[in-house]
Amino acid sequence: MSMNREGRPTRPEEAEAGAPPTWTGNRALMLEEPLIFELGEEDGCGVDFEDPGSPSKAWARPGADSGPRPSPGSRLAGLERSRPIGLPGLSEPQTVRHYTRLSRQNYAIDLGLFPLGSCTMKHNPRLCEKVARMPGFADIHPLQPVDTVQGALEVIARLGGWLVELTGMHSVAMSPKAGAHGELCGLLAIRSALEARGDAREVILVPESAHGTNPATAAFAGYRVENIPATTGGRVDLDALKGRLGPDVAAVMITNPNTCGLFEPEMTEISRAVHEAGGLVYCDGANFNAIVGRVRPGDLGIDAMHINLHKTFSTPHGGGGPGSGPVVFSEALTPFAPLPFVEKQGDHFALVEEENAGEHHGSSFGRMVAFHGQMGMFTRALAYIMSHGADGLRQVSEDAVLNANYVLRRLDDLLDAPFGHSGPCMHEALFSDKGFAGGLTTLDLAKGLIDEGFHPMTMYFPLVVHGAMLIEPTETESKAALDQFIGAMRSVAERAKAGDQSLKAAPVHAPRRRLDETLAARKPVLVWKEPGQAEAAE
Amino acid sequence: MRYLPLAQADRQEMLRAVGASSIDDLFVDVPEAARLSDKIHGLPDHLGEMAVERELARLSRKNLVAGEMPFFLGCGAYRHHVPASVDHLIQRGEFLTAYTPYQPEIAQGTLQALFEFQTQVARLYGCDVANASMYDGSTACWEAIGMARRITRRGKAILSSGLHPHYVSVAKTMARFTGDMLESRAPELTPDPDTASLLDSIDGETSCVVVQYPDILGRIGDLSALAERAHEKGALLIAVVTEPVALGAIRSPGEMGADIVVGEGQSIGVGLNFGGPYVGLFACKEKFVRQMPGRLCGETVDAEGKRGFVLTLSTREQHIRREKATSNICTNSGLCALAFSIHMTLLGEKGLRKLAEVNHSRASAAADRLSRVAGIELVNTAFFNEFTLRLPREARPVVRTLAERGVLGGVSLGRLYPGVEALERGLVVAVTETSTAEDVEALAEALEEALA
Repeated sequence: MSMNREGRPTRPEEAEAGAPPTWTGNRALMLEEPLIFELGEEDGCGVDFEDPGSPSKAWARPGADSGPRPSPGSRLAGLERSRPIGLPGLSEPQTVRHYTRLSRQNYAIDLGLFPLGSCTMKHNPRLCEKVARMPGFADIHPLQPVDTVQGALEVIARLGGWLVELTGMHSVAMSPKAGAHGELCGLLAIRSALEARGDAREVILVPESAHGTNPATAAFAGYRVENIPATTGGRVDLDALKGRLGPDVAAVMITNPNTCGLFEPEMTEISRAVHEAGGLVYCDGANFNAIVGRVRPGDLGIDAMHINLHKTFSTPHGGGGPGSGPVVFSEALTPFAPLPFVEKQGDHFALVEEENAGEHHGSSFGRMVAFHGQMGMFTRALAYIMSHGADGLRQVSEDAVLNANYVLRRLDDLLDAPFGHSGPCMHEALFSDKGFAGGLTTLDLAKGLIDEGFHPMTMYFPLVVHGAMLIEPTETESKAALDQFIGAMRSVAERAKAGDQSLKAAPVHAPRRRLDETLAARKPVLVWKEPGQAEAAE
Repeated sequence: MRYLPLAQADRQEMLRAVGASSIDDLFVDVPEAARLSDKIHGLPDHLGEMAVERELARLSRKNLVAGEMPFFLGCGAYRHHVPASVDHLIQRGEFLTAYTPYQPEIAQGTLQALFEFQTQVARLYGCDVANASMYDGSTACWEAIGMARRITRRGKAILSSGLHPHYVSVAKTMARFTGDMLESRAPELTPDPDTASLLDSIDGETSCVVVQYPDILGRIGDLSALAERAHEKGALLIAVVTEPVALGAIRSPGEMGADIVVGEGQSIGVGLNFGGPYVGLFACKEKFVRQMPGRLCGETVDAEGKRGFVLTLSTREQHIRREKATSNICTNSGLCALAFSIHMTLLGEKGLRKLAEVNHSRASAAADRLSRVAGIELVNTAFFNEFTLRLPREARPVVRTLAERGVLGGVSLGRLYPGVEALERGLVVAVTETSTAEDVEALAEALEEALA
């Protein structure tokens, strides 16, 4: 396997001559929109208030003690704000227009297919948005007495129970706020378990193809990270792994199916070997969509796995979160799971926090986050699971895998699929840039795909394939949508293989052409400054 | 099934196209022993929308809703009025169902909104720069402690007694694994925060002092002396703000000298949501920007010279640096950050100040009314919209009694500090613009009854 050591270019090429200019700079429905700092004024406001100065009639009740009212300002410890903050305000119509215009500059699942590998960009059901907003879920405070939030605790318990069922594991920690947070949870449980055994170890083994959060998390948890090589078939090299296992290896972090879109057929043997050497097995559950309802990771011997609710269970990506990363645990790790968690006690739901962890949960490694976790994502995920049911979830993984294989086979005559010859892929198909001509790269192909009306696939990941393109269509794409995507891919792939230099200028139709990321990093401008301020700074 | 577009005919055609006789052929790499022959037991079959809605509505009705009764809980999550347009805007498909903006040409909506968000947070906090959000205030707080360690190369963090106990707990959990030494202790029911003793505890081994502003009991203290002492000793001041609306009335931590300011943004745009999703805010001085965790959005130009925005300084992050990253964070809290930004835009400077004025004024009137209940004393000298009452007996059972009578009367310190006798009579009461005089009167009467 050759590693991609080149990185990718970040400077845009020269622009071609564009369409005739307009006075506004707009192009019909493609509307330019300034910053709120350029639009709004200090005095602008889209919210009306009851006047705080004069007490409303309600505050002056007959018979109430009518002693002198202290002036509100005297209780601020003399720290009243004196300087302006610098926040612009807009009326409601201006605000709605501003954000509506911004939204139209985004690609989204609602618009089209996202072929992003390992992201599982599937349709986000609107029923889930509706139930999350029920006042009984949205308008409750995390510190209300538990008797007043039994319904919420039941949601958490039910969802957790089904996640345990679906994965064939023993228990679940619901509090991690995202996948990477869940990875941290799993590794901290592993570390606690080993320390409890008096057997602190220093090394975690991670495949070269792993998602960056894996080694980042392992390093944060205090471990040294070493690579596990892959076979030419794109799987974990079991012999190399066994050769490396030893008393200093705390754990392995395996993604299964892996980031090359392949199931690790020797997963059970990997788990056995790691356990025999005294280590534990962490599974990155980002690719659970490929096997949900058809395989239980617990049956493969793993000890911990995070589940990205915003992937397999379709809580919305929101332009970068919020996510949710519950972690399922084996029996060995269950005692070390973090606080707090929900527990059914008779017909009552209890919240186990620091005070009532007691002897049953005394080995917990502690609390990872304030309050209880991403309740808003739990209601959505629960509605999603209830909607699909056991039968529907099995169909999800089947359709996801079928869709990916269909894309693989309709493209592998044209694009190099490094593992395509050895068998089917799972829910994602991996291609390389082999055969691209004229100095064209995966990046150029991706930008050409934008002009065709698609978000690009995952690029340059996993690192084990040159110019990697990882495509995960998901099960919510119709055959017609796939055919259109395949047609677009074939078109840009042909251009890349023919060395068509016009790809270097792509995208030409998007709201922006290629952006200068080098400039952004070299001279970071991370906040808006008034023109006078900005000049003074230079 | 309504979310699965493939028809049986499609499936058959596609299987033929890939050379498989059945779907099982595509799962050939899964060992026999691991293959489930049938659907998972323990889960029901699929349900239509109506049935799902009915069941979830039933569960939702088992919860007491904050907006339906007198409600006074705070302690890190606050009930504020979110204007109707915020929720409509964040539900636009182009925001709700967008991905992380790694392809900036088709993500300028998200990116420009993030740039505006970063600017709003930086200005609100009085700092030079802010990131594109963290999961929540508590994780932002421990990430800040980690950042202070990297910058000062010291391992001792001092947590003020006024820091939210969940935030302390999270920091302690993480410190077990990073080897940081944390000094912390429970607060006392004194009128002012513990600034004096904090000042004494800063020394040449301190990486940072972490102070909440206003603190867990609602107390407000000047941070300037702490900033000065910290800097004298080569340490950083980290300020934690769990109620951003306060900054419409009181000075920002940045202007008082804080090096890193973190906090919870939930009050603005996000709603209570039983604890999540929330939005962590993270800001700092310019000189520390390369040590900052989390995503950053920066301004640049495109190939036609038009202004645009991109994620930048990614060499700090996991997808580039892997094990050398400043944090492992990947997903942040994008949609909540957008909600914060939209609400903040609707408020503007004038609106935020007005909102703060209303909050403080109502809290002040409520404090006066409640401290007239027999046996109840107001602890705080100063507060913004949250204050602590000392009850004549243990507060936690009183809170439960109040709930049974349809009043959500605040957070007992016994809930947050179980077993700390010195705090067990403390009740923290938050009063926002959503509370009316009738609500306060109802709380007062319920307390009188409960304490009789």
